[in-house]
Amino acid sequence: MPKIFRPHPVTGEAGFVDSLDNLHPAQQETATAAHQLNAVETKSITRRFESLVAVNNLSFACSLGSIFGLLGPNGAGKSTLIKMLTTLMSPTEGTAVVAGFDIVREPREVRRRIGYVSQMLSADGELTGYENLLIASKLYGIPRAERAARIDQGLQFMELTHVARKLVKHYSGGMIRRLEIAQSMLHRPSVLFLDEPTVGLDPIAKQAVWQNIRDLRREFGTTILMTTHDMQEADELCETVAFMHQGTLAAIGSPAKFKVMLGPSATLGDVFIHYTGATIAEQGDFTNVARARSTSRRLG
Amino acid sequence: MSRAHEALPAVSAEVSPVLEYAQQALAVAEADIRKLIHDPVELFTRMIQPVLWLLIFGQVFTRTRAIPTGGISYLDFMTPGILAQSVLFGAIFYGISLIWERDLGIIQKFLVSPAARSALVLGRAISSTVRSLCQMVIVYMIASLLRVHLRFDVFALAGVAVAVILGSAVFSTFSLIAACIVKSRERFMGIGQVLTMPLFFASNAIYPLSLMPAWLRAVSRVNPLTYEVDALRHLMVVGGPATFGLRTDFAVLVLALALLISIATRLYPEIIK
Repeated sequence: MPKIFRPHPVTGEAGFVDSLDNLHPAQQETATAAHQLNAVETKSITRRFESLVAVNNLSFACSLGSIFGLLGPNGAGKSTLIKMLTTLMSPTEGTAVVAGFDIVREPREVRRRIGYVSQMLSADGELTGYENLLIASKLYGIPRAERAARIDQGLQFMELTHVARKLVKHYSGGMIRRLEIAQSMLHRPSVLFLDEPTVGLDPIAKQAVWQNIRDLRREFGTTILMTTHDMQEADELCETVAFMHQGTLAAIGSPAKFKVMLGPSATLGDVFIHYTGATIAEQGDFTNVARARSTSRRLG
Repeated sequence: MSRAHEALPAVSAEVSPVLEYAQQALAVAEADIRKLIHDPVELFTRMIQPVLWLLIFGQVFTRTRAIPTGGISYLDFMTPGILAQSVLFGAIFYGISLIWERDLGIIQKFLVSPAARSALVLGRAISSTVRSLCQMVIVYMIASLLRVHLRFDVFALAGVAVAVILGSAVFSTFSLIAACIVKSRERFMGIGQVLTMPLFFASNAIYPLSLMPAWLRAVSRVNPLTYEVDALRHLMVVGGPATFGLRTDFAVLVLALALLISIATRLYPEIIK
């Protein structure tokens, strides 16, 4: 196993777990496939766009079954990193192992084992909630005999059974997010990527999504890697957070550890500013803004 | 919250790769067909264009008797061309839905699934054929009212359906490639307009190849629409001539489709970059 910094999911201290015991069955499968205990492990991963280095030589690991937050200002490289880890984009250099498979050499095996909820509201508004799940179940090759049960359970899990036959364009923003999470979990992925899962949601809908994320991890042992700009969200959910700044990893550890380090009254927002700079971000591009506004518009 | 899911295995049972591939391609098509069922207005608006061509252009040109049509009336001659045209016009703007769905994040979701890229492309082609088959029914209805001498034997109807399916798949995949290259709705609309008319006029849809100047005839020989019309003309109307023969017509369409799908498969992931 390459020697890289991997903080303990709860304490934030560096170290390795030596036993597969006490892992959730889904975690054990991933651990056995990978012969290791990281759900995600990047190895000097780099992505360049001509002269711009969006992600620069990043090496970090995300423990099985943890909720890992990727934080940073717009243009820090979070979305590019997620795109590479979900095989939507190839790295220029380096690679990563996700759910035990190499993203460059075995992208299809990676895709079989991951779920992804994009920052945009990607549930199809012209289909019903049930139909969105049905199409996803077919794309993920869930056998016909299992489909109906999985869809019903996904709807129940996210408390959407009563609106299953309604067109998604009539759902609230929180319901759409829950549907998307249900969709991404139909095939029981071992790693779930959430790109700003609660952007644009009101506080009540946010709380509901947070609870769903916690439940997913508890029920299925899913490792969750999420990006967010909401420091309260990161503090509430993540055992480990990594701060990205200008394509590099500025710091990685537990929120508690970071806050203690800055002082008794420090918040995760203070830690964010400490590692990414207090100046107004000038990174990001038109696409970032357009995407965020489009999502907000769809949420009403 | 339900805990019933615990009875299910975490990983689904193995499905044969061929079946899985077909299922994934059909799932993409099914999503589109279900949308069409929820909102079928598009099918009705698509009726207008073939109606205008057959009722106005066809009626007028039938009276002129200026175009050599190989022993059939001009209306009989142009009806297969109008079916091919309505398939072309529907399919060539199909790529814009890809850009729209990319902007909504739907394409990203498809690309993160384990479905093969070619299955995603093929699924799109299949869904476009459903609209085209509806166009086929509409054109048959209008043509019957106008007393076009249509063939209704099973072989002919099946052949027309296959030609429509192939033509639609060819041009919708071509449109998909254009969408992957231009990436924005505004640019795509411009490209769509630029592509449609040359494809239509550089074909045998409304006049025979023999009337064309040599350079245009050469262009029409590499235009898949020419072969689609040729097959349709032979299969759709009584006494309809076939310039190249059905075997050549279908072979060209199948080869064009295979080539375009292989190009689209490579370009498809580029749409999100």
